[in-house]
Amino acid sequence: MLIDALFLQIGYNATLVTLGSATLGLAAGATGTFLFLRKRALVADAVSHATLPGLALAFMLMVAMGGDGRNLAGLMAGSALSAWAGLLCLSWLTRHTRLAEDAAIGAVLSVFFGFGIVLLTVVQTLSAGRQAGLESFLLGSTAGMLFSDALLIAAGGLCVLACALALRRPLLLVAFDPGYAQTQGINVQRMDLAIMTLVMAITVVGLKVVGLILIVALLIIPAATARFWSNRADRVVLLAGLFGGLSGYIGAAVSATAPGLPTGPIIVLVGFGFFVGSLLLSPGRGVLSSALRHRAYQRQVHLRQGLLALARQQPVYEAMTRRLLRRAGLVRADGVPTPEGHSRAAAALRDETRWQALRSSMHLSELSTRDDGLTLILDVLTQDQIAELDRRINASPRVV
Amino acid sequence: MGAEFVMLSLAPLLIGIFAAVACALPGNFLLLRRQSLIGDAISHVVLPGIIVAFLLTGRIAAWPMMLGAAGAALVAVVLIETIRRLGRVDSGAAMGVIFTAMFAAGVLLLEQSDTASVHLDVEHALYGNLESLIWLDGMGWASLLDPVALRGLPPELPRMALTLGVVALCTWIFWRPLKMATFDEGFARTMGIPVQLLSLGLVITAAIAAVAAFDAVGSIIVIAMFICPPATARMMTNRLAAQIWWSVAFAVLSAILGYVLAGYGPLWFGGSNAVSAAGMIATVSGLMLSAAALIGPHRKG
Repeated sequence: MLIDALFLQIGYNATLVTLGSATLGLAAGATGTFLFLRKRALVADAVSHATLPGLALAFMLMVAMGGDGRNLAGLMAGSALSAWAGLLCLSWLTRHTRLAEDAAIGAVLSVFFGFGIVLLTVVQTLSAGRQAGLESFLLGSTAGMLFSDALLIAAGGLCVLACALALRRPLLLVAFDPGYAQTQGINVQRMDLAIMTLVMAITVVGLKVVGLILIVALLIIPAATARFWSNRADRVVLLAGLFGGLSGYIGAAVSATAPGLPTGPIIVLVGFGFFVGSLLLSPGRGVLSSALRHRAYQRQVHLRQGLLALARQQPVYEAMTRRLLRRAGLVRADGVPTPEGHSRAAAALRDETRWQALRSSMHLSELSTRDDGLTLILDVLTQDQIAELDRRINASPRVV
Repeated sequence: MGAEFVMLSLAPLLIGIFAAVACALPGNFLLLRRQSLIGDAISHVVLPGIIVAFLLTGRIAAWPMMLGAAGAALVAVVLIETIRRLGRVDSGAAMGVIFTAMFAAGVLLLEQSDTASVHLDVEHALYGNLESLIWLDGMGWASLLDPVALRGLPPELPRMALTLGVVALCTWIFWRPLKMATFDEGFARTMGIPVQLLSLGLVITAAIAAVAAFDAVGSIIVIAMFICPPATARMMTNRLAAQIWWSVAFAVLSAILGYVLAGYGPLWFGGSNAVSAAGMIATVSGLMLSAAALIGPHRKG
């Protein structure tokens, strides 16, 4: 069943939803990266909650004008307007009052959402029979999605994606270094507004599928996931789009396989799965690779210190060092060095002595910053320089 | 303003006021520490908490659910901190990742479990049911002195009053260290104040207030009351003590005005049904905030 769903074999509606969600995820992931790199991820939360009043007002307006209140395009237009109003309030509050951005986000989010709830109860009383699930926009609902709806979502997503990619250079510049961007003649405020507008567009497009409470996840999670895999901004954007698209595709396919698997939350959870996987397993910044790196480093330090102790004929008490020396076949069970242990220890001591000589040398001492206790001097100096150091060591045995 | 008021409106009004003040008190410190959105995160993760509690105990009861919600809040705070440190993700994004994922898990659990028969749904979690907390035994003001009638009070009322008491007491006891740690963390540390512990304590207090208020009035009020009254108060004064009192006043005022407007407002405009009280309280607090942002004496930084 799941395999069928992943290959779009379980019906027209499921295919529609899956392709729509994948496009939405792709666009949201790529767009969200700019927001994430600008470190303003939660602004999206305020924007998405601020869509609710517009949604309800648009519904009321369309019903009052005698139309169908559930027309998706109309609802999107209304929610875009109120999200825009929320965004203006947010930027006005941060710019013209003493409130920090997080407080402004919280204020806009809760007040707009509260007002939206008020309007929602009004809608319920106005036309009890026809209100038909404005609540579904809270958590999204893909049941009975029309072809035109899916087309609207996919087209909207692709439009936003195209705009984001067209603007990627100034957006990234602003995200990394607003001050520098300003000197390059980029209007930082306008670029910030552009990011927010794109975010707002994604929110509005995604309302139907994911719902306004969870849409922020589609913007943040893929970007945070992609960041684990690359340090290059354009690759992060690409990867975030990929992760977002995959989450949308897999999530929608999984949710189509059984009842009781709501699309929006499943998409978010698939995305979160990618995030946790990357947090643990990514090669550069992942938890596992950091732990392995740390462990290898620890071993190296212990082995080096153990060898130096052997060479100076000091006893080794530290348990981990003893274990490492034993396992490497450098000492016997009673702590006496093996022949190989003797030679490695001597080599370590020679290296250490050369480093000390280097430190007091006239023209090489600046290289002593490279001495982290682990780097071999053979890797830093040429043979001639080492020979010169050795001459100094032999000339003045005090250095040892 | 007689028997009908006591029966229908007294209990929800008091619960609304207590909830608003209990959230506004820790909200002041969260605001000054730029942690306002912790309240947002907590109120989202409460949903999976109560659902897990329901699945474990199999019934809708207040205490297990509050414990579940508090547990979820704690888990969320720990997870946010963990991925912030381990993954070097900035704190806003870390929050966004965790609370959306936990909320999504909550919705999924709700859909998967057989909770359709009981009164547990997302809408309830979002905007509560303040209006339904009526006091059937309250036959008039005299009932306030009648022990039998008092026993019929909605249980949310004493619970919310107790929560407010605890929160207020904590604020009073830890006033000096909290104040120091909020304004000058380095100085507080040199004075021997356990800053980290205090910070965690503040978050836990906020979580307690959020969970108790959530049970009675839904999460939308919780977020609004954590942020709007303190933010409004912040623009009225530069002194912390005065700010706290202002925020309490704003919280009480928005609870009363919001409840009254939701209940009677539509009637004035010729409607017949009340609108959501929780939403209206949030709206009123937002109006106060915008008024303060326009004319408050200390609105500029």
